[in-house]
Amino acid sequence: MDKMPKWADVILTPLISLLLAMAISALVILAIGESPWLALKTMVDGALGSSYGWGFTLYYTTNFIFTGLAVAVAYHASLFNIGGEGQAAMGGLGVALVLLYLPLPHWILALPVAMAGAAMFGAAWALIPAWLQARRGSHIVITTIMFNFIAAALLNYVLVNLLRPVGSMDPASGRFPEATHLPKLSDIALGMGLEWGKNTPVNVTFIVAIIACLLVWLLIWRTRLGYEIRAFGRSEPGALYAGISPVRITVLAMLISGGLAGLMAINNVMGESERLVLNAVEGAGFIGIAVALMGRNHPLGVLLAALLFGFLYQGGGELALWTSIPRELIIVIQALVILFTGALDNMVRMPLERLFLSRRKRGAA
Amino acid sequence: MGVMTRLLAGGALAALASGAALADPALIYDLGGKFDKSFNEAAYAGAQRWVEETGGAYKELEMQSEAQREQALRRLAETGANPIVMTGFAFGDVLNKVAPDYPDTKFAIIDMVVDQPNVQSVVFTEEQGSYLAGVMAAMASQSGTVGFIGGMDIPLIHKFECGYAQGFKAVKPDGKLLINYTGTTPAAWNDPVKGGELAKAQKSQGADVIYAAAGGTGIGVLQAAADEGILSIGVDSNQNHLHPGKVLTSMVKRVDNAVFDAFTAGTDLAPGVTVMDLAAGGVGVAIDDNNKDLVTAEMQAAVDDAAAKIASGEIKVHDYATDSTCPVQ
Repeated sequence: MDKMPKWADVILTPLISLLLAMAISALVILAIGESPWLALKTMVDGALGSSYGWGFTLYYTTNFIFTGLAVAVAYHASLFNIGGEGQAAMGGLGVALVLLYLPLPHWILALPVAMAGAAMFGAAWALIPAWLQARRGSHIVITTIMFNFIAAALLNYVLVNLLRPVGSMDPASGRFPEATHLPKLSDIALGMGLEWGKNTPVNVTFIVAIIACLLVWLLIWRTRLGYEIRAFGRSEPGALYAGISPVRITVLAMLISGGLAGLMAINNVMGESERLVLNAVEGAGFIGIAVALMGRNHPLGVLLAALLFGFLYQGGGELALWTSIPRELIIVIQALVILFTGALDNMVRMPLERLFLSRRKRGAA
Repeated sequence: MGVMTRLLAGGALAALASGAALADPALIYDLGGKFDKSFNEAAYAGAQRWVEETGGAYKELEMQSEAQREQALRRLAETGANPIVMTGFAFGDVLNKVAPDYPDTKFAIIDMVVDQPNVQSVVFTEEQGSYLAGVMAAMASQSGTVGFIGGMDIPLIHKFECGYAQGFKAVKPDGKLLINYTGTTPAAWNDPVKGGELAKAQKSQGADVIYAAAGGTGIGVLQAAADEGILSIGVDSNQNHLHPGKVLTSMVKRVDNAVFDAFTAGTDLAPGVTVMDLAAGGVGVAIDDNNKDLVTAEMQAAVDDAAAKIASGEIKVHDYATDSTCPVQ
C-alpha cells in the first residue's frame, strides 16, 4: 500500500492539527472578549521568550518525556498504560524513602540510587496490572486507572500518617538532605559563566530524560526484547507462533513502562520540590498519553511533543497568572490540542494522505 | 494588568519596573481556585471589602501547579507588590525559601507558620470554633448520634473533627459520633454528590446533626441533610442562608478578616504569628435570622458559657496539630 512521505506523517499532520486547535482556541478567547493575539504573545513570551521561561518549559518537558516514553513503550506491546499518574506518584514515594532514610553524601551518588528507587516503585506499581492482564486477562486500561486511585490513597496515608513531620499541617514529607540537591541547569550555566534561567526548576534530570529517549529507541529498535515487544504488539498469535511468551512480554513491557513513569519523580520530587508533596504528579501521567499519541510512540516524537506540552503548560500558566483569561480556559486550550492531535488525528491525516497519493499518481501518469 | 503583560518579556524588564514600585498588595489563591465557595473565596471577600473601603487596587493570582508557587511569589515580589498575602499551608515551604531573598517585601501566609522576619503567619484555632459547633450539635441532637463529614483526609481537617468531637462529648459523654472523609485526592473538596451520599448514610445510622468540613463537598451534605429533614453545620463562610431553618449553624473562619487586616496594614504588616482565635473573633459559630429558631435559649447559653471558658482558658480544646492525636474519639 502506498504511504505519504514520512515528513508529512510525522511533522505536517501534527502541525496542521495544532494550527486547527489554535484557531478554535482563538475563537474561544474571542468569545470571552479577550485578544487571541495578546494571549498567544503572552504564551510564547512567557514560555520561550526568556531563559526564565525556557527554564520552566524544559522542566515540564522533562516530566512529559518520562510519562510519554512510559506510554510509548507499553503501546509498542499493544498495551495501553494509563496508569502513569499512579506509577509516577509511587516513583515519588520511592525517591522520598531513599533520600530520607539512606545517608547519601553527594548528589552524584544520590541520583542513581534515587533513580533506582523511583524506577523500582513505578515498575512495582505497574507489575500487578501487568500480571493481571497477562494471567487473568483483566483489561490493563481498567486496572491501571484503578491503580491510580489506589496510589493516591496510599500516598495520602503514607504522607499523613508516616512521613509528615509532627506538628506540620501540610501533608508532605520533610525536606530531603541538602547533600542530595540536584544541580539546576541554571547552576551549571553559572558555572560556565552564563546567567541562564535563574530560579527555574529545570535540573540535570532533563539530561537524564534525553538519555532515556535514546535508550528507549535502542531498546525498541535495536534489541531482541524490543523486537519481541513490537512483534507481540502487532500480533499476539504471530508472536506466540514465533515462540514469544505473551506473559513475559506483557510483564516486561509494563515493568519498563512503569519504571519510566516512576523516573519522572527524579525531576519533580528530587529536582524541584525536594520533598514529597501530595499532588506532585499533577496530571503529568495523563499528559504522557497525549504526548505519546502525538509523538507516534517514537522517542524523538515524544521528545518534540513533550516540548510542545511543556510550552503549553508554562505558556498557559503565564496566561492565567498575568492576564484576566481565567485558568479554566487554559485547560480548554490544552484539551483542544489533545483533541486535535490525538483523538481527531485521522481527520487531518486522511485527507492529507489522499492529497499526497493523488499527487503522486498524477506525477506517475 | 496592562503593565503586567508588558513585564512578561522577562526578568530584566521586571527589574526595571520594580523601580516604579507598585506598592499594591497582592493575593495568591491556592490550587482550589478563587471561587471555591469556601476558604479561597473568603480571602477574596476580604480583599473585595478592602477595595470597597479604601478604593485601593490589588493584584491576584491563582495557582495552576506546584512548581508555580515559587515563580508567582518571586515575580510578585519583583514587581513591587507589597504585602503579598497567600492562602493555604502549601505555600509554607516555598515561602520559607523565597522570603529571605526579598527582605523589603512583607508576606502574610494563612494557615501555616513560617518563621521569617518579614512574614506574618496567620493561624486559626479551628478546634475552638468546632468545639462550639460540637456543643450545639450535642444539644440539638434528639438521637444522641451526630455526624462529621470531612473533605480530603488531611491533618487540617482532623483538627476540625477533633474540636467538634471534644465539644460534642463534653455535653453528651455517651453520645455517638460518626466520622467520614470524602476521599484522599483533592477531588474530595469538590464532590457534592458523594457528600450527599455520605450524609444519607450517616442519617441511616441515626445521625441527626451533621457537620461538614469539606469545601464544595459540604454543599451536597447541607443539601442532603435539608432533604432528609435533619440538621447540618456549615463551615468557613456563613452557610446558614443556604437552607434557612435547616442549617443549625456555621463554623466561620474569618479568612476574610485576616486578608483585610493584612491589606490594611500594608507595608507596615507586623511579622510574627497572629492567632485568630475565638477571643479575637477569628473563629466562631454563626447565629443569624436563618437559624435563630433552631437555637434555643439554653443552647445559646451553653455556647456563650463554653466560649467564655475557652477564652479564659478554663476549657482547653486540644489542638490535633500539636501531636496528631485526639483525646476523644
